[in-house]
Amino acid sequence: MSGPSTYVPKSAIGRWFEARLPVMGLVHSSFIAYPVPRNLNYMWTFGAILSFMLVAQIVTGVVLAMHYIPSANEAFNSVTNDIMRNVNYGWLIRYMHTNGASLFFFAVYVHMMRGLYYGSFKPPRELLWIIGVVIYFLMMATAFMGYVLPWGSMSYAGATVITNLVSALPLVGTGLAHWLWGGYAVGAPTLTRFYSLHYLLPFVIVAFVGLHVWALHVTGQNNPDGVEVKNVDRDTVAFTPYATIKDTFAVAVFFIVYAWLIFYIPNYLLDADNSIKANPLMTPSHVVPEWYLLPFYAILRAIPNKLMGVLALFAAIVVLALVPWLDRSPVKSAKYRPTYRFFFWVFVVVCIGLGYLGSQEPTEGTTLVARILTVGYFGFFLVVMPLLSFMEKTKPIPASIADAVLAKKPAANTAAVQA
Amino acid sequence: MTRFKITALASAAFALALAGGLALAQEDADQPKPPRQEWSFAGMFGTFDEGQLQRGFQVYKEVCSNCHALTIPFRSLAGPGGPGYSEDQVKTLAASYQVTNAEPNDKGEIFKRPGTPADDFPRPEAYPNDQAAAATFGKAPPDMNLLAKSLKYERGFPWFVFDALPGLEYQEMGADYIYAILNGYTKPDDPQWNLYYPGHKIAMPQPITDGAVAYKDGTAPTLKNYAKDVAAFLSWAAEPNLEERKKVGLRALIFLFVLAGLLYFTKKRIWESVH
Repeated sequence: MSGPSTYVPKSAIGRWFEARLPVMGLVHSSFIAYPVPRNLNYMWTFGAILSFMLVAQIVTGVVLAMHYIPSANEAFNSVTNDIMRNVNYGWLIRYMHTNGASLFFFAVYVHMMRGLYYGSFKPPRELLWIIGVVIYFLMMATAFMGYVLPWGSMSYAGATVITNLVSALPLVGTGLAHWLWGGYAVGAPTLTRFYSLHYLLPFVIVAFVGLHVWALHVTGQNNPDGVEVKNVDRDTVAFTPYATIKDTFAVAVFFIVYAWLIFYIPNYLLDADNSIKANPLMTPSHVVPEWYLLPFYAILRAIPNKLMGVLALFAAIVVLALVPWLDRSPVKSAKYRPTYRFFFWVFVVVCIGLGYLGSQEPTEGTTLVARILTVGYFGFFLVVMPLLSFMEKTKPIPASIADAVLAKKPAANTAAVQA
Repeated sequence: MTRFKITALASAAFALALAGGLALAQEDADQPKPPRQEWSFAGMFGTFDEGQLQRGFQVYKEVCSNCHALTIPFRSLAGPGGPGYSEDQVKTLAASYQVTNAEPNDKGEIFKRPGTPADDFPRPEAYPNDQAAAATFGKAPPDMNLLAKSLKYERGFPWFVFDALPGLEYQEMGADYIYAILNGYTKPDDPQWNLYYPGHKIAMPQPITDGAVAYKDGTAPTLKNYAKDVAAFLSWAAEPNLEERKKVGLRALIFLFVLAGLLYFTKKRIWESVH
């Protein structure tokens, strides 16, 4: 997998180019000849889906940036009046960008849950996982700043809530907040610097995605059985055409959901309060972030102390990076770890529950449940994973990927012979 | 399943049920939610009714425009998927308004001139900005160009899940809210009491009653009709490209379904040799 490519171009021009800049060889060895475990399921297509969505966000974002005006007075109108009404298909580009961000996060959550379920973070893929956590954090920052840009009511409120978090830090907090804001509250300077950073960070994400794919290609994919590739001929298939066609099909299905969102329910995920221009004197009655940040919002609000709430919020993300050292079970895939599988699904329910609570007004009852679920969230990582590493009775794992595939389809052997 | 596992699962389910139950409990008979109406533009194949939009525009012009701005370009009234006025009608309409020119004249004076289709509807003359309006009314009447998109009410679990599903999708919350508010002034002795407004005290006293606007196409001049028509018109003002969006969407979805089908069978064919 790593090492010089064996690709020899057919044309003379191709060979001339390849000798000077071996791009074609790189593409060939990474995406054509690259061996991929043959037992991957559709959970493994989300990497390709995410790559498409990243490109889609960047392309739609760059086009929006041609018409958007990053000034507190003009931002709202540039989006709602200019882009949505005057620019040809501006409405389409804008809806693609906002709904694309939501689907980007949906895909990233499925991708991460796949990693947690099948143990894709275990040796030798720890760094791959950590790079993924970095990408996730950058995505959250980018999305947060992007949401501020239309300068709607909720944009302003969200910016105020999140940037105020830094003021929780003792001694330096207030000064840090003023430095971030460019003033004594969220205002025009905040908007312009968020615009600058929102344009910058996606390219930083691209760089980290490059590292992510590189790290992946060094170790090779994990697979649903959690057994490493032993024999390249028996256990793997070439990326092209097998993974290529499967990923393309998965992207097409994903785009059906994307099209449904853009064309028929484009405002479903857009908070109505963001169709009102920002007014520092009028706060929305319910301040909520976008759905993909809701679980963290719930954790933040569940902790009664401001500083501890902020620390819990960041801890909830940082704990993800520690997972390769929290879960030491020698069995990778939850397919063969029935106890872990149970707690995994409880964890999924906990996350969805936290997300729902994040969208609700905090009351005595919801805060209590949020606290229970926060304990559940951290408990999964800090208690369940380490304990199960040693205490779990796992099912026997197959000897190799080929054995796992053949065990599933005993008739396939004869069918292959007849074909 | 061990007892421990059952307890863990039960606690998770209980926590969710509690959260759900709390959400439902917040629904109050005293604060009813706007009932859902039927709209011609709802659903996958919805379109605006030109006649309804024209009547709604008439209601806006004669009643609402006294206090509310509508910052949309005049020319959008002649565009496809809208009220369907002709270019000449729009030119005449625009010229009947006095619009502040963007640049001062040669003497440096800001001046007003008759509008052109490229201009936006001007704000009500008496309230050149939000602060002036708030000084008179207590609260500035919102600009109506996005009003239908900016209104929402708590749907609650599980309705908000169904609102996204094909066939059950619900994007007309704003129109239902506007219709409900206009019909919600149920206490004649308190002009600012509204059944559907959260907290019941709304800054806008009842703006329109039966017979306020004389329709030219024979539709009955009742409050219910005014409310329906103006809500539809405001939905159009907030989403003028709704018809085009749904049309393009249908083509996109058909294309994607066919593409996904073809890719599926191609994938199956390619993978045959492996399986």
